[in-house]
Amino acid sequence: MDVRYINSFVGATCNVFETMVGMPVAVDKPTVKSEATPSADVSGVIGFSGDATGSVVLAFSFDTAAKIASAFAGAQITPQHPDFADAIGELANMVAGGAKSKFDGFNINISLPNVIVGRDHNVCPSRSAPRIVIPCRTEAGFFYVEVGMVVEKKVQRAAAVAAGVTP
Amino acid sequence: MKIMLVDDSRTIRNIQKNVLKQLNHTDVVEAADGVEALARFQEQVPDLMFVDWNMPNMDGLTLVRKIREVNRTVPIIMCTTEAEKSRVLEAIKAGVNNYIVKPFTVDSLGEKIQQTMAKVNAAAGAAAH
Repeated sequence: MDVRYINSFVGATCNVFETMVGMPVAVDKPTVKSEATPSADVSGVIGFSGDATGSVVLAFSFDTAAKIASAFAGAQITPQHPDFADAIGELANMVAGGAKSKFDGFNINISLPNVIVGRDHNVCPSRSAPRIVIPCRTEAGFFYVEVGMVVEKKVQRAAAVAAGVTP
Repeated sequence: MKIMLVDDSRTIRNIQKNVLKQLNHTDVVEAADGVEALARFQEQVPDLMFVDWNMPNMDGLTLVRKIREVNRTVPIIMCTTEAEKSRVLEAIKAGVNNYIVKPFTVDSLGEKIQQTMAKVNAAAGAAAH
C-alpha cells in the first residue's frame, strides 16, 4: 500500500482525537499486520467502496475504549452504556472520512459504522489486501488503526498521469 | 431559534446540543435519519437545520433535496465527515446554505451558524425591500 495513503489515516486520527476527544495521539511506526498484532476488545469498522476498496478498523481494549468514548461524549460511558458502540463507531467514521478526503480525485464511499464488542477478537476482512497496523498512544492507553485498502488500477494510473509520473 | 439536529449518531447529536447550549441555543429537536427528519419537519419547520450526510434509511443529501422541493428558505448546514470538494459542491447544488466538516470545534460550529444566519437574514431583508 502506498505510504501516502497511510499518512492520510495518521493525519485524520490525530486530528479527530485532538479536536473531538481532547487527547493528542502519539503515533508509532506502522507495521504489516501479523500474528503478533494484539487482539482487540472493541473495534470500530468502516468499509470503503468505489475507486478504493477495503476497510479501516479502530481497535481498542475495553479500558481504553471506555476512557476515550467518555472523553469524546463528555460523559461517563462504560462498555455497557447504550451509547458506547455509537461513540466508537462515530470516531471510526470521522477517521475514515478525514482520511478519504486526502485521496484527491478519487471517488470513494464509506459505509455506516459497525462496532464489534467482545474480548480478544480479531477483525479478518474477506479480501486479502495486506493490512497495515498504526499503533497509537494516548493518555487513555494504546489503540490501533488498521488499514487495508486496494486502489483500483485505472484510478492509480490516472492519478499518476495527473501527477506527471509515468505509470 | 428552533434548531433541528439530524444525525444517526446520538453521541454527535449530544455533542452538538452541548455546543449549541454554550452558544445559548437550547430549543433543539432531533432526528436520527432523513425519514424521521422529514416527519418532524412536516410537524414544525425549524429555524435552522444541521444535517449529516451518511445515515441509514434516508441519507442527508436526499433529505436536503426533499426539503428543497417544499421549502426553499429554511437554512440548512451540512455537518459531515464528507470533506472532498466534489461532495461540498454536490451538497450546495442540492440546496444547503453552509457546510461544516467533522471533526468540529465550538468555535467553528458557532461561526457557521453566525455566517449562515447573517446571509439568510440579509437575503430576507433584500427580498423585503
